[in-house]
Amino acid sequence: MLHGMADPAGVTLVVGDEELLVDRAVGSVVTAARESDSAAEVHELVGSKVETGELTRLTSPSLFGDKSIVVVRSAQDLAKEVIAEIVSYAAHPADDVVLVLVHPGGVKGKALVEGVKKAKAQVVTVSKLTKAGERLDFIKTEVKRGGRAIAPAAAQALLDAVGTDLRELAAACSQLVFDTPTDKKTIDEAAVARYHRGRAEVSGFTVADAAIEGRLRDALEQLRWALNTGVAPVLLVSALAGGLRSLAKVGDAPRNLRGGQLASHLGMPPWKVDRVKRQLGGWGPEGLSFALQAVAAADEQVKGGGADPAYALEHTVQVIVASRTGR
Amino acid sequence: MLSRAASAAAEVLTGGRGAGMTHAWLFTGPPGSGREEAARAFAAALLCPDGGCGHCDLCHQVLIGSHPDLETVRPQGLSYGVKDTRRLILRAAGAPTLGRWRVVLFEDADRATEGASNALLKAIEEPPPRTVWLLCSPAPDDMMITIRSRCRVVTLRTPTTAAVAHVLATRDGIAPDLAEFAARASGGHIERARRLALDNDVRRRREAVLSIPRTLTGVGDCVAAAEKLVKTAEEEAAAVSSVLNEAETTELRKIYGEGSSGKGLNKGLVRGGAGALKELEERQKSRATRLKRDVIDSALLDLVAFYRDVLAVQLGARVELANADLHHDLTALARASTPEGTLRRVDAIMLCRERLAANVNPQMAVEAMTLSLRRP
Repeated sequence: MLHGMADPAGVTLVVGDEELLVDRAVGSVVTAARESDSAAEVHELVGSKVETGELTRLTSPSLFGDKSIVVVRSAQDLAKEVIAEIVSYAAHPADDVVLVLVHPGGVKGKALVEGVKKAKAQVVTVSKLTKAGERLDFIKTEVKRGGRAIAPAAAQALLDAVGTDLRELAAACSQLVFDTPTDKKTIDEAAVARYHRGRAEVSGFTVADAAIEGRLRDALEQLRWALNTGVAPVLLVSALAGGLRSLAKVGDAPRNLRGGQLASHLGMPPWKVDRVKRQLGGWGPEGLSFALQAVAAADEQVKGGGADPAYALEHTVQVIVASRTGR
Repeated sequence: MLSRAASAAAEVLTGGRGAGMTHAWLFTGPPGSGREEAARAFAAALLCPDGGCGHCDLCHQVLIGSHPDLETVRPQGLSYGVKDTRRLILRAAGAPTLGRWRVVLFEDADRATEGASNALLKAIEEPPPRTVWLLCSPAPDDMMITIRSRCRVVTLRTPTTAAVAHVLATRDGIAPDLAEFAARASGGHIERARRLALDNDVRRRREAVLSIPRTLTGVGDCVAAAEKLVKTAEEEAAAVSSVLNEAETTELRKIYGEGSSGKGLNKGLVRGGAGALKELEERQKSRATRLKRDVIDSALLDLVAFYRDVLAVQLGARVELANADLHHDLTALARASTPEGTLRRVDAIMLCRERLAANVNPQMAVEAMTLSLRRP
């Protein structure tokens, strides 16, 4: 990121839709600009409200030679004329003006992104974190910013408890850094557990994996969490069915296929094939057949055929685990 | 009974007592027994001055559905709601344009929701003097008891294979042996027999469905077979509905001013257009779901017929086999399992049908069924 940059570029384009990171990128440019001139004036504009000529006015040299910082948010909503204005300005930026454009990516207002890039503006790309590993890295970096370290297990526990929203994660990290006694440099699991318990987000797949691997206690616990955090019962049923279905497919696949061939034959990504293969231990055709039928019955129960979806789901998870012994 | 009723109806028109005529009729019978056809013929008998001669303009209008006094209702979606029913009742209350009867022919009346049925009650109990209701449903039990008790029930039965084959051969000009095969394979359902005889794709689909029982050896095969069946049904439904949808959407957009020119126009849809489009989309979605279910259901019926034959072979019953062309498969399966097992399989198929009607995910329902069909 842009930390410690002495002199920010005349035009900076921040592209991406992860709000927190966008804010940080914008903030660092503004701070850097302020460092070189503390009297700099900041103009915050919203894309849809910018009128033609407004930017020209803001970016024209001031009589007193003050620096000015112009931040345009939601730049995708800018009018066509304004975009043309900005693009032509970006080719010849003024010395004492710092212009920051924030664009969420996507097709809308693409002319701006392309034009400004062509004019050799500084481009900062922030993208949504989608993988669990990326989020763990994010937590580590956050804690490190506070001058501390966090144990991997603690980071995982924090991620489980807080969920995937980066803003919340960042807030939780700074709180932890602040609250943990300074004589311990590394934040451990106990420290996380003092403030955060439970699970913010449990997907149906977690429940399905636990049930299929025969971890009854885990599966039931996760199921309760999932129901309590508002996962629809229908989704849980379909996750269970999906898990069992892949078992059936991988279990019955031709023996002579391996690796990539097997994956493409089944229409599944290779990592999933590997995982399902590991899960297959302990499953026999009879048990699998029984479990799949139980899931179909559960779908009926959940859709109004039974009195209590939660009971139907718990029962199904128990049936699945019980079917597993490989009869 | 119906011809007596028709002559009684004519008597009413000339001012007589008309004993034998009733204001509400319920035509029931298994699918393919021609409920709608019977009801339509009765409607023609009521509306034609000659008691349904079959040659005059009025009879012709009834048959093609353009008679001004015949209101035909054919629910296209999953259900027929109370809103539509209220509108229907209002239309049904009008006096007959041509002075004889106002006939409402409600096909698939079992699709009416509970609310809709309740809305119908009063209208069916005491209709205006010249309105006649003709409801059609597979069995009297499919209608609410309160509706049933207000109607006279006409029970139809499945025509014999020979009769169906005769109709196909004489009416549609289908070769006798093909007509015979189609009539047997479709279990007395005339419309399905006709499609089976005329459409190669339908025949191929039936073969694909009936090949399912012999492919079910492993659990993976069952899952794959279910997936294929559901997918084929989806594609078929999508093919049918995409054609219909596009025409309807274009028509509606035109009604709401798309493509028109003139002052104040030519700016997309006029007010209310977006709402109407959304409503149309919902109706189309409901129809697509129903199409998909119907396709799966007809496949399941083919399977039931197949296992019925297996059972017949097992028990040595002297009945006509619906799938005599698959005799090899039938005997092989009959030898490999017990009559009890076959009955259990038929139950599994029926359970699958029930589940589909209860909105269970089709893939899961069909999977559970193929898994039950699996083992000997």
